[in-house]
Amino acid sequence: MPAIKEARSSRLRAAGLTLPLIAFIAVTFIAPLGNLLTRSVYDAEVADILPETLAALAKWDGSGTPSEATFATMASELLRARDERTLGRAATRINRIQSGLRSVIVKTPRRLGRDVGTEPPNGGTWQDALLAIDEDWGETATWLAIREAGQRFTARHFLNAVDLETRADGSSGAMPETRRIYVPLYLRTLWVSIGVTLLCLVIGYPIAHAIVHAGPRWSTTLLVLVLVPFWTSLLVRTTAWIVLLQNQGVVNDILVALGIVADDERIAMIYNMTGTFVAMTHVLLPFMVLPLYSVMRSIPARHMDAAASLGATPMQAFRRVYWPQTLPGVGAGALLVFILAIGYYITPALVGGQSGQLISNMIAYHMQTSLNWGLAAALAAILLLAVIGLYVLYDRVVGIDRMRLG
Amino acid sequence: MTTATVAHRRLGRYAYVGFCACAFVFLVAPILVIVPLSFNAEPYFTFTEGMLRLDADAWSLRWYRSIVEDEQWGRALINSLVIGIAATLLATTLGTVAALGLANPAMPGRRAAMGILISPMITPVIIVAVGVFFFYSNLGLAQTHVGLILAHAALGAPFVVITVTATLAGFDRTLMRAAASLGAGALTRFRRVQLPLIAPGVFSGGLFAFAASFDEVVVVLLMGGLDQRTIPRQMWAGIREQISPTILAVATLLIVFAVLVLFTVEWLRRRSSEAAV
Repeated sequence: MPAIKEARSSRLRAAGLTLPLIAFIAVTFIAPLGNLLTRSVYDAEVADILPETLAALAKWDGSGTPSEATFATMASELLRARDERTLGRAATRINRIQSGLRSVIVKTPRRLGRDVGTEPPNGGTWQDALLAIDEDWGETATWLAIREAGQRFTARHFLNAVDLETRADGSSGAMPETRRIYVPLYLRTLWVSIGVTLLCLVIGYPIAHAIVHAGPRWSTTLLVLVLVPFWTSLLVRTTAWIVLLQNQGVVNDILVALGIVADDERIAMIYNMTGTFVAMTHVLLPFMVLPLYSVMRSIPARHMDAAASLGATPMQAFRRVYWPQTLPGVGAGALLVFILAIGYYITPALVGGQSGQLISNMIAYHMQTSLNWGLAAALAAILLLAVIGLYVLYDRVVGIDRMRLG
Repeated sequence: MTTATVAHRRLGRYAYVGFCACAFVFLVAPILVIVPLSFNAEPYFTFTEGMLRLDADAWSLRWYRSIVEDEQWGRALINSLVIGIAATLLATTLGTVAALGLANPAMPGRRAAMGILISPMITPVIIVAVGVFFFYSNLGLAQTHVGLILAHAALGAPFVVITVTATLAGFDRTLMRAAASLGAGALTRFRRVQLPLIAPGVFSGGLFAFAASFDEVVVVLLMGGLDQRTIPRQMWAGIREQISPTILAVATLLIVFAVLVLFTVEWLRRRSSEAAV
């Protein structure tokens, strides 16, 4: 059966051609994302730095303070961690469970001194020695926090990312109102993305319509007006909005010159939510216009003529004939803009000020400033799941293979 | 039709034209403002009175001179070009080959494969940057050119896949059969028949990939070191720290670059649609 054989070899050849890129993407892109997801639930740092203490704490019943032997192990492992310069990393992680413990852990080996041996100093017990350095060593909560930080697998980062906390007794519940940061930030990101998508639709729809119906002479020019910003660097466009909107910027200068605004009452249009909104809408607008444009171009003009000849007013003809036919373009553009908007980082970081920051900026903050990488990974994982969900939706509604550029 | 409805419709028409005009102004105004301001003789971000009077002294090339004199920008340009070109070559080669497979109707699991190959384009860059930073650090590739090239190639490949697949949709497969009947082997058929015809699509895909790398800042920010400062990274620093009009001069040059890319891509598109007909 040569036909079947040929069909199979054709399939194998097609698959073989795509394989190199799939392998490349798997290694350079998907593996890092997998690694990120792992990091959001797995952290062996403390477990590796204080292994014996944690083994001893695993046998402890969790009330009062652990045994003298555990105190001794703790002291020796702290001293070793200091010599191996891993103490800071363990201290930072334990401090995240209970703040204030960082300094306790860092100062303990320092106070014990360089030349302390295997016997406790001054002939007392190790417990006395540690308690003399800081009373926190006598608290049950301190030891519980160390035990918690020693868990290799933890849901803590995810709980933290949705504003839940684990209490000392192991149960979890909502954080106090004032400490809830992330859920409000996700909601803000959601609202900004919806707002930007709607703005892009309201501004982009007439733009696409004008390009299609402006006649051959204008149509190309208008299309270029959309494509130039599309190709222009994101940073350039963001810079442009800073120049336009800042306090001493072009727009405020014009308003002052026209006497609309007093010189000392210039409007704050940037480094706040307004800045994020305006700049993001501008940056994402072409992604709305281009799908709309390609759909509108395929709608025959005679449909509207037919509607008019049947007595429809322009408004009725638009609503009943034109608009329904553009819905695939509206869906494609809106989903694309929304997907890009919820992950936006650069524009809010540069023009958002305090109030215009989105979830991506928080991820970057935990990556670069607070160095709480587990939390950054958990926040990113939640965002990633949302984007994958939208991506699947986009594939169902529009079809990934129908995506076009420019 | 009554005069009232005529007036009504005319009003509607004016509203439509007015709204469209505003929308187009919104689109291009930021770009139009940056270009003249980059020739400002004063270190301000606004039009001075002299500039408005078209006083020759109020305009100058001093910010362009400061780009040339500052060797940081020169190094950034070299970094951007090295990383961009290497990533583009990698993405274009792998992307074109993959598109050839995807365009084949016999391709098994086409939709899933496409989904995987396009995903780097849709994933928020901050997530990519965080993931790549962790993973490449383990491999010792953080703060190296190689690491950035690999990451940028992954980000650019979807653009190549999309453009080349679109070009191949208009490709006449009987040409390949004709070549085969004349005795050409698979490689010859590809090199002498298919590649020349889809070349415009490949090239514009490559331009997209290059532009994606040339404009990428988040991955560079997280994973690049001092030796990997690219043009966007340098601009980022400039905007964050002390925004000087030098940034506007660089921005103007990048706008010129964007216009050149745009016209090249449009020209290629026209050529490939002519070839398809």
